[in-house]
Formats: sequence, C-alpha cells, structure tokens
Amino acid sequence: MLTLKLALRNIVGAGIRTWLNVVALSLSFVIIIFMQGLYNGMNDQVERATIDALYGGGQYWQKLYDPYDPLSLTDAHAVVPANIESLMTNNEATPILIRQATIYPEGHFRSILLKGIDPNQHVLTLPSFLLNEHRNLKGDGSIPALIGTRMAKSVGLQKGDEITVQWRDVHGTFDARDMKIVEVMKTPVQEIDNDQIWISLDRIQELTSMPGQATMVVLKQKVKDQKSEATFKNVPGWNFKNLEFLLADIHALVKQKTIGASILYTILLFLALLAIFDTQVLSIFRRKKEIGTLMALGMTRAKIIRLFTIEGAFHAFLAAIVAALYGIPLLVYIARTGIALPASYDTMGYAFGEKLLPAYSAGLMIGTTLLVLLSTTVVSFLPTRRIARLKPTDALRGRLS
Amino acid sequence: MQNSAIIKTENLSKTYPLGLTALKALDTVNLSVATGEFLGFIGPSGSGKTTLLNIIGCLDAPTSGSAKVLGQPVESLSHKEAARLRMNRIGFIFQTFNLLPVYTVFENVEFPLLLLGMDAERRRGHVMDALQWVGLADRADSKPAQLSGGECQRVAIARAIVKKPELVLADEPTANLDAKNSHHIMQTMVQLNKELKTTFVFATHDEKVMAYLNRKIVLADGRIVKDEAGGQKSNVRDQKP
Repeated sequence: MLTLKLALRNIVGAGIRTWLNVVALSLSFVIIIFMQGLYNGMNDQVERATIDALYGGGQYWQKLYDPYDPLSLTDAHAVVPANIESLMTNNEATPILIRQATIYPEGHFRSILLKGIDPNQHVLTLPSFLLNEHRNLKGDGSIPALIGTRMAKSVGLQKGDEITVQWRDVHGTFDARDMKIVEVMKTPVQEIDNDQIWISLDRIQELTSMPGQATMVVLKQKVKDQKSEATFKNVPGWNFKNLEFLLADIHALVKQKTIGASILYTILLFLALLAIFDTQVLSIFRRKKEIGTLMALGMTRAKIIRLFTIEGAFHAFLAAIVAALYGIPLLVYIARTGIALPASYDTMGYAFGEKLLPAYSAGLMIGTTLLVLLSTTVVSFLPTRRIARLKPTDALRGRLS
Repeated sequence: MQNSAIIKTENLSKTYPLGLTALKALDTVNLSVATGEFLGFIGPSGSGKTTLLNIIGCLDAPTSGSAKVLGQPVESLSHKEAARLRMNRIGFIFQTFNLLPVYTVFENVEFPLLLLGMDAERRRGHVMDALQWVGLADRADSKPAQLSGGECQRVAIARAIVKKPELVLADEPTANLDAKNSHHIMQTMVQLNKELKTTFVFATHDEKVMAYLNRKIVLADGRIVKDEAGGQKSNVRDQKP
C-alpha cells in the first residue's frame, strides 16, 4: 500500500514528464485498438458483402461445376431437382446458370462468363431487377445485360452500349447476339463483376437450349439460418456447399492478412513497451541519487524495485484511462461514419465497399488493455533489476554500479 | 558522566579494489562514540571520513575489523537488517541535501514516517514539529526547487530528525552553503543535540562546522591521527605507523 501511495505520489509529482509518457502510451493503445478494429471491420465487411451478393446461405452446385476449372462449365448444368425447386418456388433460393462466352471489345477477343439469374429474385443483393426493368428493349431486340464497374472499365463499356456476345448452346453449336448494357452496377464483390455479364435466367436458358436448368442454386440466408445443416444434404447430381466451404478462400486471405496485422500489432506494442522501457532506464539513471537516498532512509532494494515497477505500470494504467477518454468517442465516431476509401482500393481483391467500417469488440478492447498493462508491468520491472545490484554508497554518489 | 557507546569500531579497515591494486580507505580504525556526542570526522578529501560515516550508517560494510552501531554489528548485517536499522534509528544529512524533487517540503519530511508506518495524524504532528524546529513550517507546501540552499538543508535536517533517531550522520552538511546559512544550520543541530539528546556525527573539512563540534576526530590516509575532545586534545590511540 505504501509503495502504491509513493508510486502515485511520484508520478503525479513528475508532472509534465508523466503526462507526456501517458499521452504517448495512450496513443499506442488507441492505434492498436483502431488498427485491430479496422482489420476486424474489413474482414466482417468482406464476408458480409460476399455473402449478401454471392453466397447467400449456401449453394447447391451441379456436380460437375468447379469454379476453378472453366472447362467444367460446358457440362455443369442440369435441371434443378424438385426438392430444391420447392425452395425456389417459395423464394428461398435462386438458380444461376453459368456459361462460357466470348466478347470482342474494340476488336479484341475476351473470354467471359455469361450468367443468368432470375430478375425477380430476392435471395442476393445483386440488382437483377434492373434486367426486368429493361426487359422490353426496343429496336433490334438486343438482350438486356448487367455488368459491374470493373468489367465496364476493363472492356471500355458503359451504360447503353451494345456488345456482341458469342456462346455455345447445349449441343455445342456457336451462337451470338448483341447485348445492351442496361446498367453498370457498383459492387464491392469482384466475384460478380470481373469478366462477367449478367442476363435474365429465362433468356440464357432459351439461348442455350437449357430450359429449367442451372449451374448452381443459391439459398436465402434466412432459410439457411432457420433450418439445420442436416436439411441441406447433397441431392443426386447436386452437391451442397455450406458457407464454411464457400468462404474458405476469404478466410485464408483474412488469415494471411491477420498475420500482417499481427506484425503491425506487435510493432505498435513493441514501440509502446520500448517507450516504457526507455522511460524506466532513463528514470533509474536520472534518479540514482534518489534511489541512494531512499536506501539511506531505510527502503530495501526490493521495495525500491517494486516502487519503480509500479510507477511504470501506473503509466500504462493512466494511459488506458486517457486513451478511454479520447479514444472511445473517436473510435465510436469512426466506426459510425466509416473511412472513405479511394477508388484504387477496388483492385486489391477485397470486397471493401466505399467505406471501411472498423469493428471493435469488447474482447479486443479488454484484451488489448490487459495485454498492454501486463507487458508494461513486465517491461517496467526489467530495468529495475539493476537496482538490486546497486550499492547505496554508489547510488548516493550518483553512480551506477 | 560517560554515556554508553553508540558507535564502537575495532581495527576497522576498508579497502577498495583499484584496477590491479587496492585503495585502503580506512586502516585499523578504533573508535568509540558515546550517546549524545556532537562530534566530527575531520580531514582532507580522501582521508576516509565519508567511508567511515558510510560504514557507521550501515550503507557500506568493512573489509575487516568490526563496527558496532547502536548495538548492531555492521559487518554481519544483511541488506534488509541494515535498511531496518537505518529506517528506525539513524538519520542522514547529505552535502547535496538529497531531497526528493517531486515531493513538497512536508512530503519530504514525512517520508521516513511513512516508511515507519505511522498513522496520518501522528505523521502530520511530527512533521510540523520538525519543520518548526528548523523554522520552515510556513514552507511546508513548497517544492525543493522553490527553496534556497540553506532552506533545503534545513528540510534535510528536519527529515533526518523527524523520527527522533538516536544517531544523525551528516556528510559535509555545510559544503554547499554560505557562512550565514552554515552557522544557522549548525546552531539548529546543536540545539537539537541538546534538546533531543541525539548523537550527531559529522564528516567535514569546514572550519565553520569544526567550531561547533565538542569532539574532533582527525583522519589522514584512512587512519585516526588526532582525537580532540572539548576543545582540548585527548589521547590519540596508538595506531600502527
């Protein structure tokens, strides 16, 4: 209790020196939590956006479908089985038919995926309703098509442009039609944007002579949440892919980025601890006469070591309070308003959206605070071991033995 | 009437390693100090007076011989026992005052009582009494940086005597003070010696201090060469040449 009282008296008495340390350390607290919150928010955002726009509550894949093998698309189509179709009828699932196709923007050959989706679906956030709005195009009967901003940019298309699309039908016969870009959709999810043209499902089924067929069926999230995993077993010819499987790539990416974030976290923590360590070393060097005086007045070395260690830990404790005072309002404000991202972030392969919304969990806050407090105490203690070797007479002379 | 010995050394020697050789700071010092004495170790720099004071203050241990301070053998005290002895029974006054800079005058004087675990009310009374003795009661809330050198040393005296120790050790207490302040400080300590019966031991080469001492022990090259009591020379122990 006495040591605690003396430590408090010392750090309050040190005035501006204490507060400089405290403010510097509190910055580390806030930056560490902010950076971790940013990563958490990014990961949540990417996962949420991809689920909303593409994965839904899971997907049934036609058994031959392999997204990593474009050649599999030729045969990856089948009539949707009755038990899955019943989900579609109840608006709890939506089918997607995927075919390989070719476009010739500005005279160049380009392989793309032609995807058909029900314009009336409410399973995914993909704005398929736009295809419905332009269903009755006037003129030469161009097919309404939807592309993403990345696709538009890479092939030089914009809303209202027409482009010739060539594909093979179910018999392998080449066919081609002009398609009119009725909208360029802005989506953070590249998997529904890059090298893809979306048209209505009935049109693609008609054009490829695959009535009632699909490559995959996407489940509505709510449906998946309400029913147990066992409900979604594989059906003959179709394999069920749950979110864990579908998000595996994102999780792998997140894991990779988390390692990077951990390095940053470690560096920030290291800098904060270095500041404390440095302060302690300087403090012991500067206060060696004081240490000698304390010894002369009857304090044992153990008590002096405890005093200096508690002083260091107090810095972290005060820093946590100061960080809470300005950090919580600041972080809450940033979490609410988000951080606007420049357009160039779109190319990073991450579905960020226009804004990054950091996510701070109680675990992150408490964990970071405890970690910093604990490591600060340890780091505060390390330099004080020197005191154990200090002779009172040397200390009084201002010498470190 | 001769009081009991508060300090007694027998063949006390202290050697410091100095590269390949050794420096003998104290050489077979035999000394006896009675309770209530007001004495000083006198001698030039390097004569061993501070070393002797440090050993008496249990801040250092002898290389050979023995030193008994307040009935405790210094050479066999552990760090903890030495610290306890200093905390309970010895007061220190340093040449450079050694006040704790972030504490107020009151807190500096209060510090030894905090270590003793005295309750707040008694602490306050003792601290204010000590500050009254040194005439600084009105500066209790000042920080050392706001005081003059003389005032700082008076605070250091108050800190040394606040717990009413049996022994006060003062190492060159007037070295950083002007003549007026030196006399004021010494008069304060003489008065405390008389009122509290505290034994004062000085290490000094300041003539102003010497004038107040009732016993002067002159050291040269680590040995006692003269022991004058009551302004008159007393017999100097026969030490080896």
